Amino acid sequence: MDGARINRALARLASEIVEENHGATDLYLVGIRRRGVPLAERMADKIADLEGNRPPVGILDITLYRDDLSTVGVNPVVNRTELPGDIEGRNIVLIDDVLYTGRTIRAALDQLIDFGRPRRVQLAVLIDRGKEHRELPIQADYIGKVVPTKKSEIIKVMLTDFDEEEGVAIVERPTAES
Amino acid sequence: MRLLIKGGYLIDPTVGENAGRDLLIEKGRVAAVLKPGEDAPEDAQVFDATGLVVAPGFIDMHVHLREPGQEYKETIETGARAAVAGGWTSVCAMPNTDPVNDNPAVTRFIIEQAERAHLANVFPIGAITKASGGAELAEMGEMKRAGIVAVSDDGRPVPSSGMMRRAMEYARGFDLVVVDHCEERSLVAGGVMHEGRMSLILGLRGMPAAAEEIDAIRDCLLAELTGARVHLAHVSTRGAIEAVRRAKHKGLDVTCEVAPHHWALTDEVVEGYDTNTKMNPPLRSREHVYAVLEGLRDGTIDAIATDHAPHHADEKALEYDHAPFGVTGLETGVALALDRLVHEGVIGLERLVELCSVNPARIFRLADRGTLKQGAIGDVTILDPDLSWTFDAAKSKSRSRNTPFDGWQFRGAVVATIVAGRIVYEHPELKQIRERNEANKREEIEAKR
Amino acid sequence: MSTNFNRKDLLGIRELSPAEITHILDTAESFRDVSRREIKKVPTLRGRTVINLFFEASTRTRTSFEIAAKRLSADAINISASSSSVTKGETLLDTARNLEAMAPDCIVIRHNCAGAPHQLARICRAGIVNAGDGSHEHPTQALLDALTIREHKGGIEGLKVAIIGDILHSRVARSNIHLLTALGASVSVAGPGTLVPKDFTELVEKGLRVERRIEDAIEGADVVMILRIQRERQTSAFFPSMREYAVHYGLHLEHLTLASQDAIVMHPGPMNRGIEISSEVADGSRSLILDQVSNGVAVRMAILYLLAGGGRAGGDVDDTTKRIGE
Repeated sequence: MDGARINRALARLASEIVEENHGATDLYLVGIRRRGVPLAERMADKIADLEGNRPPVGILDITLYRDDLSTVGVNPVVNRTELPGDIEGRNIVLIDDVLYTGRTIRAALDQLIDFGRPRRVQLAVLIDRGKEHRELPIQADYIGKVVPTKKSEIIKVMLTDFDEEEGVAIVERPTAES
Repeated sequence: MRLLIKGGYLIDPTVGENAGRDLLIEKGRVAAVLKPGEDAPEDAQVFDATGLVVAPGFIDMHVHLREPGQEYKETIETGARAAVAGGWTSVCAMPNTDPVNDNPAVTRFIIEQAERAHLANVFPIGAITKASGGAELAEMGEMKRAGIVAVSDDGRPVPSSGMMRRAMEYARGFDLVVVDHCEERSLVAGGVMHEGRMSLILGLRGMPAAAEEIDAIRDCLLAELTGARVHLAHVSTRGAIEAVRRAKHKGLDVTCEVAPHHWALTDEVVEGYDTNTKMNPPLRSREHVYAVLEGLRDGTIDAIATDHAPHHADEKALEYDHAPFGVTGLETGVALALDRLVHEGVIGLERLVELCSVNPARIFRLADRGTLKQGAIGDVTILDPDLSWTFDAAKSKSRSRNTPFDGWQFRGAVVATIVAGRIVYEHPELKQIRERNEANKREEIEAKR
Repeated sequence: MSTNFNRKDLLGIRELSPAEITHILDTAESFRDVSRREIKKVPTLRGRTVINLFFEASTRTRTSFEIAAKRLSADAINISASSSSVTKGETLLDTARNLEAMAPDCIVIRHNCAGAPHQLARICRAGIVNAGDGSHEHPTQALLDALTIREHKGGIEGLKVAIIGDILHSRVARSNIHLLTALGASVSVAGPGTLVPKDFTELVEKGLRVERRIEDAIEGADVVMILRIQRERQTSAFFPSMREYAVHYGLHLEHLTLASQDAIVMHPGPMNRGIEISSEVADGSRSLILDQVSNGVAVRMAILYLLAGGGRAGGDVDDTTKRIGE
């Protein structure tokens, strides 16, 4: 998957989201740090192109809600969570780059609920690694592409906001990883 | 009972000759100093000292044996056992026991306990004032008759200059040297370490060098006023050493000793708050350590004394503010001198023997000790100046373990201690040490002098 | 980007690198947001135990640590120990061993003896947080002060800071001096000669000046920190009277005309109004004394998170990209 295909996938997801939610009026996009954030911004731009008004974009840092802090060794850096305005009664779309075990989404949902009571929460991901990896009953409502992978592989999503190029690649998991 | 110490290298500054000599000890005294090859009685027990240094028995002028009263910290027996393991044939016991050694009954008790232990010689030091309270003179004459070799209120200074003057004048009548712990208490109030950069950083209350120096200068002035013999215990500051230097220039009978931790450590080791770095006088800053080394080099400092001060582990397990002052030192003092002074080129072996044996015997008037002349008492310390070893506090002979030197590596060790012709301590690996020592050892020692 | 804070304990500021200090402050900023939410609680330290072991009375610091622990969902247990019982029998180390039996993840200790946290840290598996030890250090106070300064001045580097009062006995002053000079501020201290040793500049390598008059320290200062006169520590023996102290060493409104135009005033509390600080200054617009309190919770959350949050395995994890389950 290269930059152009990522862009096309986002455009398709944007129109699906608008259609499903009957416009952009109550939409509120929330990107999950790190790569979900630029994806949410791009998605908001595309929705603005379609509908004329740009939905608000929030940022979630799920670090404090992780369930594996005791096993990760060094403490992960805590970044800020920014949810401008009120999420009460909004149609939230959580956006992340990859859906794998589902645990990140669980943490994001828990955190989101601490900020208020949205009317509806949906999930959009660029890549779904396949249901067989899921460890929690979580599925995406909008999927850019399903990429079946092995456990020994890692999906690398590269975005120019963080990386030198744009694209998605499957790489072998380094064996030394604990 | 005859003991022949054979093949060693004799260092005895009282004779002025250092050379390969055999030493014959008979009935507890030196019967003969023999040139190699000279005939010796065939029935004598032989101690093979090939490649080793043979010196007149070392005398520690300043130890705390805690008996009577605090036997959970140390007893005369355990202290004496640690002493001989550290190369000290004699130790001088400070009077701050419970009760204080301020009367002949306590003095006699200490001597009897030491005889029972039958290891190192123990010479009691009597208190200057009753209960070391600083108010009334103790019975110096009676204690002298019972066997004390000096008077001191060590652990405490004598706060009043008037009382100190009287003590010096009175002690003079019995030819007793007055040993003072120099500390102007009003400057120290609550202090737990040397006052300086480190005490500021660590937030611990400081004891300024001036507190020691004011008292040292006072004692020198009083020595001049009274004509008494004065010995300053554990000097640790530039100013105190300078005071002694000036007094000696004036021809006063003022001497002083230094403790090994005051040349081996600085106040920087207090960081970490290990209470085994807490002693009084405290570990000083670098400039004072340099002054100590200079005093050792130029002769201002007369003696090395360990200030062995055992404390129970539970007492030292307190906060730095609350833990008692003091560290053990009997088993590490000689090694620290060899490693840090001799091998670092501060002093030679001959000077080491002066500091550890000749001068202590002279200052405390210990007759026939501090020498191996014919007729002297057969107290001998035998060293291997090059043996490398590691001190393990867990194996200490002392009842207490409060040492800052646990795990330290040394070059130079005591390999045997002989008291009145009787071997009271032998290094556990003496056999291997002997095997290692080849004939060329002798040349090395010659070069080191 | 991957600045690591990989320490078992927080014993003092002096041993921290500028990068570590900055990392703690950045982390604290994220936690400040949590306290501003409606639900002021995150599940981060669920199932972890934090013991507040206070040998010295301190409602403010203890409460701050307790709130911090609870907002992280940790179980906080408060133990007030009297240090007099320690001198009577049970040693500090006995106390520590007893606490270890409860398997806490963190022990927050306040003690009137310098170095007590260091002694504890040597024998405890739990992370030790120094919440003030004698006259030594009070690292979380310095961190919250720095967070407050950063918030109002944008940064620490290049600032002029005056610290006024009992410098000799102050752990707050020591920690602040270490932190501020490490991050490139210059610090001037002033107070009665008995409470400001002339050699105090030796505390740090550079950036510290000792002034004889408080006016000289305040001149051009961007931040003025006032220390509390601790009557309980018999500091009264160090100056003739409270009245004389208030006149010569107390901070008054007119002093602030010497400072830079937008200078801020800080005090670690609790204040002795009319002695080290006049009410006009304490309640004035320059005073950030209440900001300090709220930043205290954020800093302590950050510290508890950094010490008790992760596992102790160590190792280099690229923490920002590593995802759960991957």
